[in-house]
Amino acid sequence: MTSETAAIPGRAPRTHAWWNTVNAWLLLLPAAVLLAAFTHYPILATILHSLHITRRDGASVFVGMDNYRAMFEDGIFWKVLVNNLWFALGTIPTSIALALLMALWVNRNMRGRAFLRLAYFTPTVLPMIAVANIWLFFYTPDYGLLDQIRGLFGLPAWNWLGDPSTVMGCMIVMVVWKEAGFFMIFYLAALQQLSPDLEEAAAVEGASRWYIFRRITFPLLMPTTLFVAINAVINSFKLVDHLVIMTKGGPNNASSLLLYYIYEIAFTFHDTAYGATLTAALLVILCTVALVKFGYLDRRVHYQ
Amino acid sequence: MKLFGKTMMAAAVAALLAMPLPALAVDLTMYYPVAVGGPVTKIIDDMVDRFHKENPDIKVTAVYAGNYTDTMTKAMTAMKGGQPPQLSVLLSTDVFTLIDEKAIVPIDDLVTDKAWLKEFYPAFMANGQIGGKTWSIPFQRSTIVLYWNKDAFKEAGLDPEKAPASWDEMVEMSKKLIKKDGANVTRWGIEIPTTGYAYWMLQALAIENGQKLMNEAGNEVYLTAPKTVAALDYWVDLSRKHGVMPTGTIDWATLRTDFLEGKTAMMWHTTGNLTAVKDGAKFNFGVAMLPAKERRGSPTGGGSFYVFKSATPEQQKAAVKFMQWMTAPDRAAEWSMKTGYVAVTPAAYKTKALEDYAKGFPAAAVARDQLDHAVAELSVHENGRIYKFVNDAVQAAVTGSQKPQEALAAAQQQADRVLRAYK
Repeated sequence: MTSETAAIPGRAPRTHAWWNTVNAWLLLLPAAVLLAAFTHYPILATILHSLHITRRDGASVFVGMDNYRAMFEDGIFWKVLVNNLWFALGTIPTSIALALLMALWVNRNMRGRAFLRLAYFTPTVLPMIAVANIWLFFYTPDYGLLDQIRGLFGLPAWNWLGDPSTVMGCMIVMVVWKEAGFFMIFYLAALQQLSPDLEEAAAVEGASRWYIFRRITFPLLMPTTLFVAINAVINSFKLVDHLVIMTKGGPNNASSLLLYYIYEIAFTFHDTAYGATLTAALLVILCTVALVKFGYLDRRVHYQ
Repeated sequence: MKLFGKTMMAAAVAALLAMPLPALAVDLTMYYPVAVGGPVTKIIDDMVDRFHKENPDIKVTAVYAGNYTDTMTKAMTAMKGGQPPQLSVLLSTDVFTLIDEKAIVPIDDLVTDKAWLKEFYPAFMANGQIGGKTWSIPFQRSTIVLYWNKDAFKEAGLDPEKAPASWDEMVEMSKKLIKKDGANVTRWGIEIPTTGYAYWMLQALAIENGQKLMNEAGNEVYLTAPKTVAALDYWVDLSRKHGVMPTGTIDWATLRTDFLEGKTAMMWHTTGNLTAVKDGAKFNFGVAMLPAKERRGSPTGGGSFYVFKSATPEQQKAAVKFMQWMTAPDRAAEWSMKTGYVAVTPAAYKTKALEDYAKGFPAAAVARDQLDHAVAELSVHENGRIYKFVNDAVQAAVTGSQKPQEALAAAQQQADRVLRAYK
């Protein structure tokens, strides 16, 4: 091609640029088509659907903002939304802190390191449904693991999942247990990329280990922390498998989350229009998270 | 996306049609739920296999689809996706929703011999007969019964052969049955499940208190009637006032284990669990009708066969043949013995096998005898939603987050709003 373009000077660079553009678009096309068909079109369709109601006879009627008005008056919607915020608040910081701690721990040279890493990572490999079943046994009143341990100290049994005051805490603990190992892997990878020179230099200067961590290691891990945090936020809105096994959102919606409520409305009660309305609300929340990430946090984080 | 789905479906159908067909067997897909313990999927598979041997021209694929709610969800989702099953076992109370969705056909139009429909217990037909038509055929039907641990009764100084006959008696007996080790309760007096099917249990209490929960047209519920509220008050008092039932929710699925482990001396549960309890109990136990307040009573419960509208006439005919086979006296008797569900026809109880079984194990006939006092299960339009409102209200009350009166008032208000469209 170079010999050809060289043969026709003057026109050549423009053809080249034009071809480059076409080429780029062609390369982007497969991904763009998939994204448009399976992400962007469904989003638009969902929003459109949320402005309609579907009659029993299948006819779709435009109702404007009626579904949204109903949503704002729906007590269960607010309840699952607040639940979801507590769930996010409970799982995100704890699982990140725990992941970092575990990563620092297994990053050292010691005997049985591989075994420890594997042990920490195991919960991640298990399917959520299996995890929920295991923890269901832990939380079973009277003869569950937790109550058996309480029994050793003469404490009375507690209905962990059957009481609105403890059910959310139980879910959070379980999810942290499941997620921390996954995040640990990212921290571990990041830690191994860090140059040991920095730490050695600081040590020579007489810096304490806590100081090294606070002023050197942690700031250098910021990109990983951001990535992990975004993942944790997304997970806190999309992880509902355990509810199906453990509580079905009960008692009285105390453990229900937004996505589970959407599932109930759309598939158990066959009210797809209201399901679409709730989905739009979820979309707004996740878009806000994405905007904060790309618009604000990315600029504050130091990338190497 | 709808269009895309349809195109894909058309392509799939075209591909299927292009394949050579094996000796023209009629294919039927059937979804069914399991809500009790024991090897139920195995029992179903075995029955289907035997049906195949006798009817080589019909091929039934029985798909286990979770609990009742899951199965209904799966059937409805499959229908909206354009590939509904031809036959399903769903809650007998889902009938209004299925009619509203135009999913099913009346059975009367499919059978030549209408006498067949008269063979079943009328109490089980009640839920399925609407507007002069029969929309379902009873299959795994039940009533709620009281299971009691005879050994625990003996230990507590009670007559092990006598179950409580009234609400007050149940409280009094429970107080004697509860066993404590310091602050720790090692055995509760009574447990009534509050997850999954709480509306069912509430209905039982309401019936006993002399209150209907819904009207025949399926567009009204009576949750704030004083007697309904009193029923929930009694239920909540069992734990909050008398302290004979655990506080918080009691899980439907694990309650059987509680009973088998001796963690509770009595439980209310479906008779469908009877065989699983019988196989698992390491102690003597009895089964009784639910105790009375104003009267005895239990709602009927469980699943019935439905035939889907989208099935071809051949498939619908094959479906009827399958239902007739499954509910024939011998099979109904076998099903009842293997699970504990009530056999759906009086003729089944006249088979030698079931007669002998009930003679040696009288518990097997209790749920059937209770049919004399039974009332059709709560069934209204938008059933799934109404169940959620009632279940939420019951859970709010037993966990103490709301008073029974408030909780039921909220549920009534939500239910009224949803049911307004059907008046």
